Amino acid sequence: MTRRWPGFWVSERAAPPLLLLGLTGAMAAGVMLGPYPLSPIEVAGTLAGRPPDPQAAIVLWNIRLPRVVAAALIGAALAAAGVAYQTIFRNPLVAPDILGVSQGAGFGAVLGILLGLPVLAIQMMGFVFGVATIGLVMGIALALRGMGQVLVVVLCGMAVAALAGAGISLVKLLADPDDQLPAITFWLMGSLAGIKQADVAAALPAILAGLVPLIALRWRIGLLSLGDDEARTLGVEAGRLRLLVILAATLLTAAAVSVAGVIGWIGLMVPHMARLVTGPRFDRLLPVALAMGAGLTVLVDAAARSIAVQEVPLGILTAVLGGPLFLWLLARGVRSWAE
Amino acid sequence: MGGVTPLVEARGLAVGHGGRTILSGVGLSLHHGRILCLLGPNGVGKTTLFRTLLGLLPPLGGEVLLGGSPLAGLGRSQVAQRLAYVPQSLATPFAWRALDLVLMGAATRLGPFARPGPAETARAEAALALLGIGDLATAEITRLSGGQRQMVLLARAIAQGAEAIAMDEPTASLDFANRIRVGKAIRGLAARGLGVLMCTHDPDQAAELGDEALLIERGGVLAAGPVAEVMTAARLTRLYDIPVRREALPEGRLHFSGPSD
Repeated sequence: MTRRWPGFWVSERAAPPLLLLGLTGAMAAGVMLGPYPLSPIEVAGTLAGRPPDPQAAIVLWNIRLPRVVAAALIGAALAAAGVAYQTIFRNPLVAPDILGVSQGAGFGAVLGILLGLPVLAIQMMGFVFGVATIGLVMGIALALRGMGQVLVVVLCGMAVAALAGAGISLVKLLADPDDQLPAITFWLMGSLAGIKQADVAAALPAILAGLVPLIALRWRIGLLSLGDDEARTLGVEAGRLRLLVILAATLLTAAAVSVAGVIGWIGLMVPHMARLVTGPRFDRLLPVALAMGAGLTVLVDAAARSIAVQEVPLGILTAVLGGPLFLWLLARGVRSWAE
Repeated sequence: MGGVTPLVEARGLAVGHGGRTILSGVGLSLHHGRILCLLGPNGVGKTTLFRTLLGLLPPLGGEVLLGGSPLAGLGRSQVAQRLAYVPQSLATPFAWRALDLVLMGAATRLGPFARPGPAETARAEAALALLGIGDLATAEITRLSGGQRQMVLLARAIAQGAEAIAMDEPTASLDFANRIRVGKAIRGLAARGLGVLMCTHDPDQAAELGDEALLIERGGVLAAGPVAEVMTAARLTRLYDIPVRREALPEGRLHFSGPSD
């Protein structure tokens, strides 16, 4: 059944091929662009196993492809976490970074680096601190009886993010200035510049583990956007489902942060872009957000290494895009949310 | 109604939250095809009673039976199959399409990993058509009027397939014409055999729509029974703490009004 949705751009049947096409295009551009540009012929030849130029093969396999795949994974993970948080908190202004989860996970990961832990343990630290952060934000919002108020949740997230930022600064102070501090500072900038194949492999299991429950329960999760009581009267175990979604979204955030540092705004922007195409049904929203998050992050990362002689950290570009969008959302909704 | 199991029954029910009892000794029974109206001043505990009947709050005493089964032994989805809920207003900030909102009524019949398919869509479309709002299916609810939104929520309750529907002041925020439309739709549901439990602020509406009334005062039930018998001027005067006059209009309808001076 194809039906044109009023107010939306794309029909239900046309959306998947268009999204795949867009994502493929973004990844192709991402592979070719950079300080050492690759031509389509070089890329195709190398991928087919007959590299026209050994130098191109090294750039593609060791630098470009890991970086493009990492950008796609991180973008998809942050976008999925963003739609999940927005849906279950009934709040169009929240996202992993706005709730402070990214910064909390970053604090955990930085502590892991300070303690000299292996990669997997650093991810786990990120996850545990991310869960603690979202728990703290929800606890404060509940104590203020403001869990249902859009701006109260956002402000609680900001405060907790500031706390996590203070924790990160403290760790930097304690870190070994010759060895650990450069690693932490470099990683914190939110950049994909140093990505290796091993980093991608390390993040993949956590990202998959976070995505599986969201994909499996994708229709039912949408019902949580009505509020707990209403969802329960429709037969949904709202409390349990919400907890599962929070854990999954936080795992996705922690996995993304432990690879690339705190990359803001993707998790806020992409859900709104995707909702324009699909409307709020979570089962339609999630796949579109995954593809858009992946594509957008790949493109922004390609721009980050192409627009200037020196590479611009990815986080700066996402903030340039995301900040104005946040203000626009605020301007549009501020009257109805102020109450 | 001798021998017929009520759709919703409360026996000696005490409700409240945080360990504080707000109402106690509440008894009620809702049967097929009947409309039971809950009347009482603001803050008396009607919403708390509703939440308890829906299994959202644990009872502080007594028991609730849905279709003869104790509520305490039913899971969320079993409760939802017996008693649907129409909230006073929608609390979602997102622009759901009307049809997608009605489709949510299928959640009780779908497994946790399932999505609604053609059968559920047909059922949702039928529910919208039954209320005469089939043309709203693709409309975004944020663009609908309060009355249309309320009708969409009614359609969702129908699609949910429960035999009883609880409505929390379904016409509170509606204009005159929409109150009449929604009121007619509610009567239509009862005519199809559904039991309707509704809170209302308007004694006239209770007298017009209701078969039975349950008057709730501070602490418990003031009176319960058929509308014409229960809703006397004396009882409403006590209930609302203001002199109330009751008149019988020519077609046998009741009209209540406050002091004229």
